[in-house]
Amino acid sequence: MWTWFFQLASPPHFYRMAGSLVPWLLWPALLLILIGSWGGLVLAPADYQQGEGYRIIYVHVPSSYLSMMVYVTMAVAAGIGLIWRIKLAHAVAASCAPVGATFTAAALITGMLWGKPMWGTYWQWEPRLTSELILLFLYFGYMSLRSAFNDLNQSDRASAVLALAGVVNVPIIHFSVVWWAGLHQGPSISKIDAPSIAFEMLWPLLVMILGFTLFFLGVLAMRVRGEVLEREFHARWAQDVLRGANRVEAAG
Amino acid sequence: MILVGLFVAGVAVAVGLALRAFQENLLYFYTPTQAIAGEAPDGKKIRLGGMVQKGSVRREPGDLELRFDVSDDEKTMTVAYSGVLPDLFKEGQGVIAMGQVDANGVFQAEEVLAKHDENYMPPEVAASMNTDAQAAPPVSDPAAN
Repeated sequence: MWTWFFQLASPPHFYRMAGSLVPWLLWPALLLILIGSWGGLVLAPADYQQGEGYRIIYVHVPSSYLSMMVYVTMAVAAGIGLIWRIKLAHAVAASCAPVGATFTAAALITGMLWGKPMWGTYWQWEPRLTSELILLFLYFGYMSLRSAFNDLNQSDRASAVLALAGVVNVPIIHFSVVWWAGLHQGPSISKIDAPSIAFEMLWPLLVMILGFTLFFLGVLAMRVRGEVLEREFHARWAQDVLRGANRVEAAG
Repeated sequence: MILVGLFVAGVAVAVGLALRAFQENLLYFYTPTQAIAGEAPDGKKIRLGGMVQKGSVRREPGDLELRFDVSDDEKTMTVAYSGVLPDLFKEGQGVIAMGQVDANGVFQAEEVLAKHDENYMPPEVAASMNTDAQAAPPVSDPAAN
Protein backbone atom coordinates (compact mmCIF):
# COMPACT_ATOMS: atom_id res chain seq x y z
CA MET A 1 0.00 0.00 0.00
CA TRP A 2 2.73 2.47 1.00
CA THR A 3 4.99 1.58 -1.92
CA TRP A 4 2.05 2.26 -4.21
CA PHE A 5 1.49 5.57 -2.47
CA PHE A 6 5.12 6.64 -2.79
CA GLN A 7 5.22 5.53 -6.38
CA LEU A 8 2.17 7.65 -7.10
CA ALA A 9 3.80 10.64 -5.44
CA SER A 10 6.95 10.24 -7.54
CA PRO A 11 6.77 12.90 -10.25
CA PRO A 12 7.88 10.88 -13.32
CA HIS A 13 5.51 8.05 -12.47
CA PHE A 14 2.66 10.46 -11.86
CA TYR A 15 3.43 12.32 -15.08
CA ARG A 16 3.07 9.14 -17.14
CA MET A 17 0.02 7.89 -15.27
CA ALA A 18 -1.87 11.20 -15.48
CA GLY A 19 -1.05 11.41 -19.16
CA SER A 20 -2.64 8.06 -19.90
CA LEU A 21 -5.65 8.99 -17.76
CA VAL A 22 -6.54 12.21 -19.59
CA PRO A 23 -8.36 10.70 -22.61
CA TRP A 24 -10.30 8.34 -20.28
CA LEU A 25 -11.63 11.41 -18.46
CA LEU A 26 -12.15 13.96 -21.20
CA TRP A 27 -13.88 11.79 -23.83
CA PRO A 28 -16.53 10.45 -21.41
CA ALA A 29 -16.91 14.04 -20.13
CA LEU A 30 -17.64 15.29 -23.65
CA LEU A 31 -20.10 12.43 -24.24
CA LEU A 32 -21.94 13.06 -20.96
CA ILE A 33 -22.11 16.83 -21.51
CA LEU A 34 -23.56 16.25 -25.00
CA ILE A 35 -26.15 13.79 -23.66
CA GLY A 36 -26.97 16.11 -20.75
CA SER A 37 -27.35 19.15 -23.01
CA TRP A 38 -29.61 17.24 -25.37
CA GLY A 39 -31.68 15.94 -22.46
CA GLY A 40 -31.82 19.32 -20.76
CA LEU A 41 -32.38 21.56 -23.76
CA VAL A 42 -34.50 19.29 -25.97
CA LEU A 43 -36.08 16.43 -24.03
CA ALA A 44 -36.91 18.09 -20.70
CA PRO A 45 -40.24 19.94 -20.59
CA ALA A 46 -40.59 23.64 -19.78
CA ASP A 47 -41.13 24.62 -16.15
CA TYR A 48 -44.64 25.42 -14.87
CA GLN A 49 -43.55 28.86 -13.68
CA GLN A 50 -40.28 29.79 -15.31
CA GLY A 51 -41.05 28.46 -18.78
CA GLU A 52 -37.90 27.86 -20.83
CA GLY A 53 -35.75 30.14 -18.68
CA TYR A 54 -35.08 27.49 -16.04
CA ARG A 55 -32.86 25.57 -18.48
CA ILE A 56 -29.88 27.64 -17.33
CA ILE A 57 -29.72 25.27 -14.34
CA TYR A 58 -28.03 22.72 -16.63
CA VAL A 59 -24.96 24.96 -16.57
CA HIS A 60 -25.53 26.87 -13.34
CA VAL A 61 -25.94 23.92 -10.97
CA PRO A 62 -22.92 21.86 -12.21
CA SER A 63 -20.74 25.01 -12.15
CA SER A 64 -21.83 25.92 -8.63
CA TYR A 65 -21.35 22.37 -7.43
CA LEU A 66 -17.86 22.20 -8.89
CA SER A 67 -16.92 25.66 -7.63
CA MET A 68 -17.23 24.15 -4.14
CA MET A 69 -15.93 20.64 -4.94
CA VAL A 70 -12.79 22.06 -6.55
CA TYR A 71 -12.18 24.21 -3.48
CA VAL A 72 -12.46 21.17 -1.20
CA THR A 73 -10.09 19.22 -3.47
CA MET A 74 -7.66 22.15 -3.38
CA ALA A 75 -7.83 22.47 0.42
CA VAL A 76 -7.41 18.71 0.99
CA ALA A 77 -4.42 18.60 -1.39
CA ALA A 78 -2.92 21.67 0.30
CA GLY A 79 -3.44 20.07 3.71
CA ILE A 80 -1.76 16.82 2.61
CA GLY A 81 1.12 18.85 1.22
CA LEU A 82 1.46 20.78 4.45
CA ILE A 83 1.28 17.75 6.76
CA TRP A 84 3.35 15.16 4.87
CA ARG A 85 5.40 17.65 2.86
CA ILE A 86 4.46 16.00 -0.43
CA LYS A 87 5.33 18.36 -3.27
CA LEU A 88 2.99 16.62 -5.68
CA ALA A 89 0.06 17.49 -3.39
CA HIS A 90 1.03 21.17 -3.53
CA ALA A 91 1.20 20.88 -7.32
CA VAL A 92 -2.36 19.49 -7.33
CA ALA A 93 -3.60 22.34 -5.10
CA ALA A 94 -1.94 24.97 -7.27
CA SER A 95 -3.48 23.43 -10.40
CA CYS A 96 -6.99 23.47 -8.90
CA ALA A 97 -7.24 27.21 -8.29
CA PRO A 98 -7.73 28.69 -11.79
CA VAL A 99 -10.19 25.91 -12.72
CA GLY A 100 -12.20 26.48 -9.56
CA ALA A 101 -12.20 30.24 -10.07
CA THR A 102 -13.57 29.70 -13.60
CA PHE A 103 -16.40 27.49 -12.35
CA THR A 104 -17.21 30.06 -9.64
CA ALA A 105 -17.33 32.87 -12.19
CA ALA A 106 -19.54 30.72 -14.46
CA ALA A 107 -21.90 30.01 -11.56
CA LEU A 108 -22.14 33.70 -10.67
CA ILE A 109 -22.63 34.88 -14.26
CA THR A 110 -25.26 32.27 -15.19
CA GLY A 111 -27.04 33.00 -11.91
CA MET A 112 -27.09 36.74 -12.62
CA LEU A 113 -28.45 36.20 -16.14
CA TRP A 114 -31.25 34.07 -14.70
CA GLY A 115 -31.84 36.44 -11.77
CA LYS A 116 -32.63 39.50 -13.87
CA PRO A 117 -35.82 38.18 -15.54
CA MET A 118 -36.89 35.83 -12.73
CA TRP A 119 -36.11 37.71 -9.52
CA GLY A 120 -36.03 41.13 -11.11
CA THR A 121 -32.41 41.86 -10.23
CA TYR A 122 -28.93 40.83 -11.32
CA TRP A 123 -27.44 41.09 -7.88
CA GLN A 124 -28.52 41.26 -4.26
CA TRP A 125 -26.28 41.17 -1.21
CA GLU A 126 -28.02 38.14 0.14
CA PRO A 127 -26.34 35.16 1.87
CA ARG A 128 -25.95 32.69 -1.02
CA LEU A 129 -24.77 35.23 -3.58
CA THR A 130 -22.41 36.95 -1.15
CA SER A 131 -20.80 33.73 0.11
CA GLU A 132 -20.28 32.49 -3.47
CA LEU A 133 -18.62 35.82 -4.33
CA ILE A 134 -16.33 35.38 -1.31
CA LEU A 135 -15.38 31.97 -2.76
CA LEU A 136 -14.30 33.70 -5.98
CA PHE A 137 -12.18 36.14 -3.95
CA LEU A 138 -10.65 33.23 -2.02
CA TYR A 139 -9.52 31.67 -5.30
CA PHE A 140 -8.12 35.04 -6.44
CA GLY A 141 -6.38 35.53 -3.08
CA TYR A 142 -4.90 32.04 -3.27
CA MET A 143 -3.51 32.64 -6.75
CA SER A 144 -2.14 36.10 -5.87
CA LEU A 145 -0.50 34.76 -2.72
CA ARG A 146 1.16 31.97 -4.70
CA SER A 147 2.70 34.43 -7.11
CA ALA A 148 3.83 36.76 -4.31
CA PHE A 149 6.83 34.56 -3.36
CA ASN A 150 9.93 33.78 -5.34
CA ASP A 151 10.62 30.65 -3.36
CA LEU A 152 8.38 27.78 -4.42
CA ASN A 153 8.40 26.12 -0.97
CA GLN A 154 7.35 29.34 0.73
CA SER A 155 4.61 29.92 -1.80
CA ASP A 156 3.36 26.33 -1.37
CA ARG A 157 3.17 26.57 2.41
CA ALA A 158 1.68 30.08 2.67
CA SER A 159 -1.00 29.40 0.06
CA ALA A 160 -1.85 26.06 1.71
CA VAL A 161 -2.63 27.88 4.97
CA LEU A 162 -4.94 30.26 3.09
CA ALA A 163 -6.65 27.38 1.25
CA LEU A 164 -7.29 25.60 4.58
CA ALA A 165 -8.61 28.72 6.29
CA GLY A 166 -10.98 29.38 3.39
CA VAL A 167 -12.50 25.92 3.48
CA VAL A 168 -14.94 27.03 6.22
CA ASN A 169 -16.69 29.08 3.54
CA VAL A 170 -17.80 25.93 1.68
CA PRO A 171 -20.38 24.71 4.24
CA ILE A 172 -21.48 28.34 4.67
CA ILE A 173 -22.28 28.53 0.94
CA HIS A 174 -24.09 25.21 0.99
CA PHE A 175 -26.24 25.95 4.04
CA SER A 176 -26.68 29.69 3.40
CA VAL A 177 -30.12 29.06 1.88
CA VAL A 178 -31.17 27.03 4.91
CA TRP A 179 -29.67 29.10 7.75
CA TRP A 180 -30.72 32.54 6.60
CA ALA A 181 -33.79 33.95 4.91
CA GLY A 182 -32.45 35.15 1.57
CA LEU A 183 -33.55 35.49 -2.01
CA HIS A 184 -31.99 32.32 -3.41
CA GLN A 185 -34.23 29.24 -3.36
CA GLY A 186 -33.51 26.28 -1.13
CA PRO A 187 -31.90 23.02 -2.27
CA SER A 188 -33.89 20.94 -4.80
CA ILE A 189 -31.70 17.82 -5.06
CA SER A 190 -29.43 17.56 -2.02
CA LYS A 191 -31.96 17.00 0.72
CA ILE A 192 -33.16 14.01 2.69
CA ASP A 193 -36.65 13.68 1.20
CA ALA A 194 -37.44 13.27 -2.49
CA PRO A 195 -35.96 15.91 -4.82
CA SER A 196 -38.33 18.81 -5.61
CA ILE A 197 -37.66 18.51 -9.31
CA ALA A 198 -39.48 16.34 -11.82
CA PHE A 199 -37.51 13.28 -12.95
CA GLU A 200 -37.46 14.22 -16.65
CA MET A 201 -35.79 17.50 -15.64
CA LEU A 202 -33.53 15.87 -13.05
CA TRP A 203 -31.72 13.19 -15.03
CA PRO A 204 -30.09 15.54 -17.56
CA LEU A 205 -28.95 17.67 -14.61
CA LEU A 206 -27.29 14.68 -12.93
CA VAL A 207 -25.66 13.67 -16.24
CA MET A 208 -24.35 17.23 -16.62
CA ILE A 209 -22.96 17.22 -13.07
CA LEU A 210 -21.13 13.95 -13.75
CA GLY A 211 -19.87 15.25 -17.12
CA PHE A 212 -18.61 18.51 -15.58
CA THR A 213 -16.88 16.53 -12.80
CA LEU A 214 -15.04 14.29 -15.29
CA PHE A 215 -14.14 17.39 -17.30
CA PHE A 216 -12.64 18.94 -14.17
CA LEU A 217 -10.64 15.79 -13.38
CA GLY A 218 -9.33 15.61 -16.96
CA VAL A 219 -8.32 19.28 -16.96
CA LEU A 220 -6.78 18.84 -13.51
CA ALA A 221 -4.69 15.88 -14.71
CA MET A 222 -3.42 17.96 -17.64
CA ARG A 223 -2.67 20.96 -15.45
CA VAL A 224 -0.84 18.92 -12.80
CA ARG A 225 1.32 17.36 -15.51
CA GLY A 226 2.36 20.82 -16.66
CA GLU A 227 2.93 21.99 -13.09
CA VAL A 228 5.06 18.92 -12.24
CA LEU A 229 7.12 19.32 -15.39
CA GLU A 230 7.79 22.97 -14.54
CA ARG A 231 8.77 22.15 -10.96
CA GLU A 232 11.07 19.29 -11.99
CA PHE A 233 12.49 21.20 -14.92
CA HIS A 234 16.09 20.38 -14.06
CA ALA A 235 15.50 16.71 -13.29
CA ARG A 236 16.75 14.15 -15.73
CA TRP A 237 13.29 12.67 -16.51
CA ALA A 238 11.79 16.10 -17.22
CA GLN A 239 14.61 16.94 -19.61
CA ASP A 240 14.00 13.61 -21.36
CA VAL A 241 10.29 14.39 -21.66
CA LEU A 242 10.97 17.87 -23.00
CA ARG A 243 13.51 16.62 -25.50
CA GLY A 244 11.02 13.99 -26.63
CA ALA A 245 8.32 16.64 -27.03
CA ASN A 246 10.68 18.82 -29.05
CA ARG A 247 11.52 15.96 -31.31
CA VAL A 248 7.84 15.30 -31.96
CA GLU A 249 7.25 18.98 -32.66
CA ALA A 250 10.22 19.15 -35.02
CA ALA A 251 9.00 16.06 -36.83
CA GLY A 252 5.45 17.41 -37.09
CA MET B 1 -1.42 17.04 11.24
CA ILE B 2 -2.77 18.00 14.67
CA LEU B 3 -1.58 21.57 14.10
CA VAL B 4 -3.36 21.77 10.74
CA GLY B 5 -6.50 20.23 12.24
CA LEU B 6 -6.43 22.71 15.13
CA PHE B 7 -5.89 25.57 12.70
CA VAL B 8 -8.94 24.67 10.60
CA ALA B 9 -11.05 24.09 13.75
CA GLY B 10 -9.89 27.44 15.15
CA VAL B 11 -10.81 29.33 12.01
CA ALA B 12 -14.19 27.56 11.92
CA VAL B 13 -14.93 28.54 15.54
CA ALA B 14 -13.85 32.14 14.91
CA VAL B 15 -16.07 32.42 11.83
CA GLY B 16 -18.93 30.74 13.70
CA LEU B 17 -18.69 33.28 16.55
CA ALA B 18 -18.45 36.18 14.11
CA LEU B 19 -21.55 34.95 12.26
CA ARG B 20 -23.43 34.62 15.56
CA ALA B 21 -22.47 38.14 16.52
CA PHE B 22 -23.58 39.48 13.15
CA GLN B 23 -26.80 37.45 13.07
CA GLU B 24 -28.93 40.58 13.47
CA ASN B 25 -27.09 42.55 10.83
CA LEU B 26 -27.14 39.60 8.44
CA LEU B 27 -30.91 39.73 8.37
CA TYR B 28 -31.79 40.06 4.71
CA PHE B 29 -35.50 40.79 5.09
CA TYR B 30 -38.14 41.37 7.75
CA THR B 31 -41.42 39.46 7.89
CA PRO B 32 -44.69 41.43 8.15
CA THR B 33 -44.96 40.33 11.80
CA GLN B 34 -41.56 41.82 12.58
CA ALA B 35 -42.26 44.99 10.60
CA ILE B 36 -45.61 45.58 12.33
CA ALA B 37 -44.09 44.89 15.76
CA GLY B 38 -41.61 47.68 15.03
CA GLU B 39 -38.52 45.47 14.98
CA ALA B 40 -37.29 47.12 11.79
CA PRO B 41 -35.36 50.38 12.21
CA ASP B 42 -37.51 53.51 11.87
CA GLY B 43 -37.03 55.87 8.95
CA LYS B 44 -34.70 53.46 7.15
CA LYS B 45 -35.22 51.44 4.04
CA ILE B 46 -35.87 47.79 4.78
CA ARG B 47 -36.74 44.66 2.87
CA LEU B 48 -40.07 43.03 3.54
CA GLY B 49 -40.45 39.36 2.65
CA GLY B 50 -43.45 37.04 2.56
CA MET B 51 -46.14 35.53 0.38
CA VAL B 52 -48.32 37.57 -1.93
CA GLN B 53 -51.81 36.80 -0.66
CA LYS B 54 -54.18 35.21 -3.16
CA GLY B 55 -56.61 37.65 -4.67
CA SER B 56 -54.95 40.67 -3.08
CA VAL B 57 -53.26 42.16 -6.14
CA ARG B 58 -55.25 45.24 -7.18
CA ARG B 59 -54.55 48.05 -9.59
CA GLU B 60 -56.28 51.42 -9.56
CA PRO B 61 -57.79 52.16 -12.99
CA GLY B 62 -55.72 54.73 -14.87
CA ASP B 63 -52.88 54.47 -12.41
CA LEU B 64 -49.59 52.59 -12.55
CA GLU B 65 -49.68 51.94 -8.85
CA LEU B 66 -50.21 48.39 -7.76
CA ARG B 67 -51.21 47.23 -4.30
CA PHE B 68 -50.96 43.77 -2.83
CA ASP B 69 -50.85 42.17 0.61
CA VAL B 70 -47.76 40.37 1.83
CA SER B 71 -48.33 37.79 4.53
CA ASP B 72 -46.25 35.46 6.69
CA ASP B 73 -49.32 33.43 7.78
CA GLU B 74 -49.63 35.56 10.93
CA LYS B 75 -49.74 39.22 9.95
CA THR B 76 -50.33 40.96 6.64
CA MET B 77 -48.92 44.20 5.30
CA THR B 78 -50.12 46.12 2.27
CA VAL B 79 -47.43 46.98 -0.26
CA ALA B 80 -47.78 49.82 -2.78
CA TYR B 81 -45.55 49.73 -5.83
CA SER B 82 -45.37 51.27 -9.28
CA GLY B 83 -42.88 49.77 -11.66
CA VAL B 84 -41.93 46.68 -13.58
CA LEU B 85 -42.61 43.35 -11.91
CA PRO B 86 -40.34 40.31 -12.39
CA ASP B 87 -41.56 37.25 -14.35
CA LEU B 88 -42.07 35.14 -11.27
CA PHE B 89 -44.25 37.64 -9.43
CA LYS B 90 -47.52 35.86 -8.78
CA GLU B 91 -50.21 35.57 -6.16
CA GLY B 92 -49.37 32.81 -3.71
CA GLN B 93 -45.63 33.16 -4.42
CA GLY B 94 -42.79 34.54 -2.34
CA VAL B 95 -41.82 38.16 -2.78
CA ILE B 96 -39.24 40.56 -1.36
CA ALA B 97 -39.98 44.30 -1.45
CA MET B 98 -37.46 47.04 -0.71
CA GLY B 99 -38.82 50.28 0.72
CA GLN B 100 -40.28 52.01 3.78
CA VAL B 101 -43.42 51.83 5.87
CA ASP B 102 -45.36 55.10 5.58
CA ALA B 103 -47.52 56.83 8.24
CA ASN B 104 -50.59 54.78 7.25
CA GLY B 105 -48.80 51.49 7.76
CA VAL B 106 -48.56 50.89 4.00
CA PHE B 107 -45.21 49.62 2.74
CA GLN B 108 -44.08 51.97 -0.05
CA ALA B 109 -41.88 49.75 -2.22
CA GLU B 110 -39.20 51.04 -4.58
CA GLU B 111 -38.24 47.61 -5.80
CA VAL B 112 -40.09 44.31 -5.86
CA LEU B 113 -38.25 41.01 -6.32
CA ALA B 114 -39.84 37.61 -6.80
CA LYS B 115 -38.55 34.80 -4.64
CA HIS B 116 -38.49 31.50 -6.45
CA ASP B 117 -39.15 28.24 -4.65
CA GLU B 118 -37.15 25.07 -5.16
CA ASN B 119 -39.83 23.20 -7.12
CA TYR B 120 -39.27 22.40 -10.76
CA MET B 121 -41.97 20.57 -12.70
CA PRO B 122 -43.66 20.48 -16.09
CA PRO B 123 -46.88 22.57 -16.40
CA GLU B 124 -49.10 19.50 -16.76
CA VAL B 125 -47.89 18.11 -13.44
CA ALA B 126 -48.50 21.43 -11.71
CA ALA B 127 -52.00 21.58 -13.23
CA SER B 128 -52.87 18.06 -12.09
CA MET B 129 -51.58 18.80 -8.59
CA ASN B 130 -53.86 21.83 -8.49
CA THR B 131 -56.99 19.90 -9.46
CA ASP B 132 -56.16 16.89 -7.30
CA ALA B 133 -55.59 18.66 -4.04
CA GLN B 134 -57.47 21.88 -4.71
CA ALA B 135 -54.33 23.61 -3.56
CA ALA B 136 -51.31 25.27 -5.08
CA PRO B 137 -48.19 23.14 -5.56
CA PRO B 138 -46.15 23.02 -2.36
CA VAL B 139 -44.85 26.53 -1.92
CA SER B 140 -41.97 27.02 0.42
CA ASP B 141 -42.36 29.47 3.24
CA PRO B 142 -39.71 32.15 2.80
CA ALA B 143 -39.56 32.72 6.53
CA ALA B 144 -38.46 29.11 6.99
CA ASN B 145 -35.83 29.16 4.29
